[in-house]
Amino acid sequence: MKGLSTKNLSLAYDGAPIVRDLNLAIPTGQITALVGANGCGKSTLLRGLARLLKPIGGAVYLNSTSILQLSTKEVAQQLGILPQGPVAPEGLTVKDLVAQGRYPYQNWLQQWSVQDEKIVQQALSITDLLNLAERSLDTLSGGQRQRAWIAMALAQDTEILLLDEPTTFLDLAHQVEVLDLLYELNQIQERTIVMVLHDLNQACRYADYLVAVKDGRIFAAGAPQQVMTEEMVREVFGLECRIVPDPVVKTPLCVPIGRKGEKKLQTKSSDL
Amino acid sequence: MKLDWLVLRSGSVSLRIDRRVPPMLMCLGAIALVGMVVNIGRGEYPIAALDIVKTVLGLDTGNPDHAFVVNTLRLPRTLVAFLVGVAFAISGTIFQGLTRNPLADPGIIGINAGASLAAVTVIVLFPSVPIYTLPLSAFAGALLMAVLIYTLAWNNGSSPILLILIGVGLSAIAGAFTSLLITFGQIDDVSSALVWLAGSVYGRTWEQVFSFLPWLVIFVPMALVLAIHLNALNLGDDVAKSLGSRVEWQRGMLVLVGVALAGAGVATAGTIGFVGLIAPHLGRQLVGTNHQGLIPTSALLGGIIVVLADLLGRTLFAPLELPCGVVTAAIGAPYFLYLLIRNRQKSSL
Repeated sequence: MKGLSTKNLSLAYDGAPIVRDLNLAIPTGQITALVGANGCGKSTLLRGLARLLKPIGGAVYLNSTSILQLSTKEVAQQLGILPQGPVAPEGLTVKDLVAQGRYPYQNWLQQWSVQDEKIVQQALSITDLLNLAERSLDTLSGGQRQRAWIAMALAQDTEILLLDEPTTFLDLAHQVEVLDLLYELNQIQERTIVMVLHDLNQACRYADYLVAVKDGRIFAAGAPQQVMTEEMVREVFGLECRIVPDPVVKTPLCVPIGRKGEKKLQTKSSDL
Repeated sequence: MKLDWLVLRSGSVSLRIDRRVPPMLMCLGAIALVGMVVNIGRGEYPIAALDIVKTVLGLDTGNPDHAFVVNTLRLPRTLVAFLVGVAFAISGTIFQGLTRNPLADPGIIGINAGASLAAVTVIVLFPSVPIYTLPLSAFAGALLMAVLIYTLAWNNGSSPILLILIGVGLSAIAGAFTSLLITFGQIDDVSSALVWLAGSVYGRTWEQVFSFLPWLVIFVPMALVLAIHLNALNLGDDVAKSLGSRVEWQRGMLVLVGVALAGAGVATAGTIGFVGLIAPHLGRQLVGTNHQGLIPTSALLGGIIVVLADLLGRTLFAPLELPCGVVTAAIGAPYFLYLLIRNRQKSSL
């Protein structure tokens, strides 16, 4: 089977089991979003998929081979991951960071091939960072910095890209900027993208495949239109909501009710 | 737009370095040479620069004393100063890169103290062993200390300050044991240990140069080879792993190199503090964070710092002589405090 999948995957964190017996096939060439409540295991699952966490049971398969049987360099040429909130060392320039993405292709003699240079150039131009290439990361805005990290992952030139909450700490405009970039990468370069997202509405808008995780298990998986239901949000997030079509693109939009909304709903019904 | 790197390619070999590196290395190399010549020339018996160069090259200067003063007394001392500076600076660069902690320095995180304790133990308890075993025992002590620090403070992404605190604590413990040995040791052995402990290149001869050289010949090239891995590890474990770095293995190798260089440096000249802290910082200002360029740059800077510290120590209060470790501490301690305060302000943001 092509692409990334898991079979009976169990993961633990500091000895405590988090993900149990999980079977998941990531659709190739599509955008997958993992959603769920805090501590449900979605980030753990992503780390497991990226071999940053060793399974206590089952396995992750990359193109039908167990990921642990591949050398870490081979994996790095096919699968890139951007951890949550990475911190760059002080003074690191954008171009040096992005060039670091070529690490899996380098050895001591071959540190900077023509191919390396070409791909780094591409990664910088796709993320619109060519003009900032000489700047050091700590002088950039949050959105620019996140784009630089994504550019590094792009320079790794992998078919599959995993991202753990790529939009945290960004304001709304920059969140959309980053998600649009990922969408374009998927559309133009046909990369498989898997990301953990906090915002359900963004997940519905950008993902082709939505995976709702609850207590380390998959609660529901499929197209956002199927997965995103009022019952799912109630079960997975413990939240009452209404699902309405997004006025712009018609994907499901989750509108939480909350106590204030409940009051309004009650007064409305008593008015009738 | 072209990316501004200096790129060397031929056949299956390719290399990318910051444009600033080659001119900077030449500049620093020249400064180091001048510094060493000046250091050799100054003293109770001043010698002109030209005569020094002639003497070192084996040419006749018309003064039979020159060969003895330069080649036997002052040249090995200056060489030792330069070389231990190189060793401490590379070690500091490695530890700062690995821990992603701008305050890490083999002296501050306690590795030098471990090396000293081991070396003093040998000097005091086994005074008859030959000099080339000193680096070995210092290396063992430094390695033991590194393992202790690693288990206590390094795991699970502990905070920069915690690493420093644990290092300071372990240094104090090792220092206490060192004092204990000195208190109860034979007076002759103790006095030779004391001169050495102060961090001085006083009275160093070719014997020290030659017992130190093999360590440099092995571990400096290793540091350069491992530089590309240090770049990856410098981005944090998760990113390094996702880039395909064999994190534990490569970090282990780098720690070994850093410990070996610091240990051998301590065995040769005692603890000359703060060189491993300052040199990488200056280096990053000059050539950026890429370790292929940073390691040689900070190595030369470290050598220059110790040579100048020795020169200052010899000339400031002549005929009294300050050990160069005292001079580097006088400059390094305020710098350390400055970095500490700046680091705290940044992490509280």
